[in-house]
Amino acid sequence: MIFELGRYILLMFRVFRKPEKWSVFRSQFLVEINNLGLESLGIVAIISVFMGAVVAIQTSYNIDSPLIPLTMVGFTTRQSVILEFSPTIISLILAGKIGSRIASEIGTMRVTEQIDALEVMGINPANYLILPKLTAAVFINPFIIILSIGFALVGGWLVALLTHLVTTHDYITGIRYDFDSYTIIYALIKTVFFAFLITTIAGYKGFFTRGGALEVGDASTKAVVWSCIFIILFNLILTQILLS
Amino acid sequence: MIEVLNISKSFGNKQVLNDVSMQFEKGKTNLIIGQSGSGKTVLMKCLVGLMPVDQGKIMFDGRSFHEMSFRKQKEIRKEIGMLFQGGALFDSLTVEENVIFPLTMFTAQSEEEKRERANFCLQRVNLKNSNHLYPSELSGGMIKRVAIARAIAMNPPYLFCDEPNSGLDPITSGVIDELISELTEEFQMTTVVNTHDMNSVIRIGDKVFFINDGRLWWEGDKHQVLYSDNEELNDFVFATELTRRLKAN
Ligand SMILES: Nc1ncnc2c1ncn2[C@@H]1O[C@H](COP(=O)(O)OP(=O)(O)OP(=O)(O)O)[C@@H](O)[C@H]1O
Ligand SMILES: [Mg+2]
Repeated sequence: MIFELGRYILLMFRVFRKPEKWSVFRSQFLVEINNLGLESLGIVAIISVFMGAVVAIQTSYNIDSPLIPLTMVGFTTRQSVILEFSPTIISLILAGKIGSRIASEIGTMRVTEQIDALEVMGINPANYLILPKLTAAVFINPFIIILSIGFALVGGWLVALLTHLVTTHDYITGIRYDFDSYTIIYALIKTVFFAFLITTIAGYKGFFTRGGALEVGDASTKAVVWSCIFIILFNLILTQILLS
Repeated sequence: MIEVLNISKSFGNKQVLNDVSMQFEKGKTNLIIGQSGSGKTVLMKCLVGLMPVDQGKIMFDGRSFHEMSFRKQKEIRKEIGMLFQGGALFDSLTVEENVIFPLTMFTAQSEEEKRERANFCLQRVNLKNSNHLYPSELSGGMIKRVAIARAIAMNPPYLFCDEPNSGLDPITSGVIDELISELTEEFQMTTVVNTHDMNSVIRIGDKVFFINDGRLWWEGDKHQVLYSDNEELNDFVFATELTRRLKAN
């Protein structure tokens, strides 16, 4: 564990270097924005809509006292989606989707000697392979999370509309009630941290793969497991720091 | 010229290379032969700087690789072309893009110039009309040829090949061997080739080094290799039925 941490930190020193050529970096960055960001939009949209819907139903189910106004449904949905569901749950989903992709891509390059080939050419492979993915995810994930929040609120509203638990008017009023923009900032800070964790842990696992196809699969599983664990851990730490 | 001076390398307490010294001359194809597990790949990885050595020096025309600053090492790396055992082509890039890759990274050439150079290299290895295929669409022999084209794209003074014809049929092996040998002469490269194929040895071995048990056991050329009185070398050279029969005649 200490060994892994040390090796991870040393790898990060190699990742954060000036790219060999900015024009190459820029095109890699754009490719990764597409691969890691835009291609995740579909699944994020679906999960967010359903998540928002479920939160809305659960909240209205829990409100049985006539003293609590039904606007609470919109309010609670908004709060839980912004504070926790979108940044954390979606990041966990992305850990599965982009974490496994990164680890298997880099792991395959390792076991087929493509990383050695880069190194022999005089290219820093850690920087060349990991930095574009890292910067792309850190850049695009906040947008994805904002969209996810939007989709989740729409999901809650659809439920309100279809089940008549609350009126659209009440729901919207709830969403707009006592809005604190700091919660959005908190969500985005978490998102950026999680994007960093996912890409670097997956990059690390891929980079140090040894063996063959079996080990690549193993690296990609471990990348997902460890990203999830660290996301949960940092979720606690960041929440303590930012919200208390 | 590359000089290897007394290098040793071990993993844990397993000594893989033991006080090995050799000289690889310019314009010559230098072969390193030895049994599987004798340390050929480890030696080559030390030569190109993929692995640190425990002891000893490697001099590229008088410049000691392992004693250099990182920046200087990078300069030497740009002078090294390497052909990996499995080709190590970038599988997200097409054939042409693979060959262009080092040019993009290290030169300021225009797209036009790069494409011209890539096509020259691809023609040189007899690969035509495959520019837009991906590595997964190539045969083993084609992969090796693209890898050679990529290795020579930067016009390197040093060329390293790890088992260039493993997994190829005898005819294709011959073609690859000839290609390496021709390119070495044509561009006056210092070429080092790992192999355990005796055909390559007698065909292109300007200089032959036999590694056994982590030590340099024997050195000579393709003519001498068949007539040495070194027991271990003879065991290796005449290990196949074919060579044994030839010897009997
Ligand atoms: N990274 C490593 N860690 C530990 N031991 C290693 C490592 N790389 C190679 N070895 C050991 O070094 C020895 C020499 O291996 P090497 O790959 O150089 O053999 P080789 O001569 O290239 O064989 P082959 O002809 O099969 O390719 C082997 O016993 C191998 O187990
Ligand atoms: Mg080998």
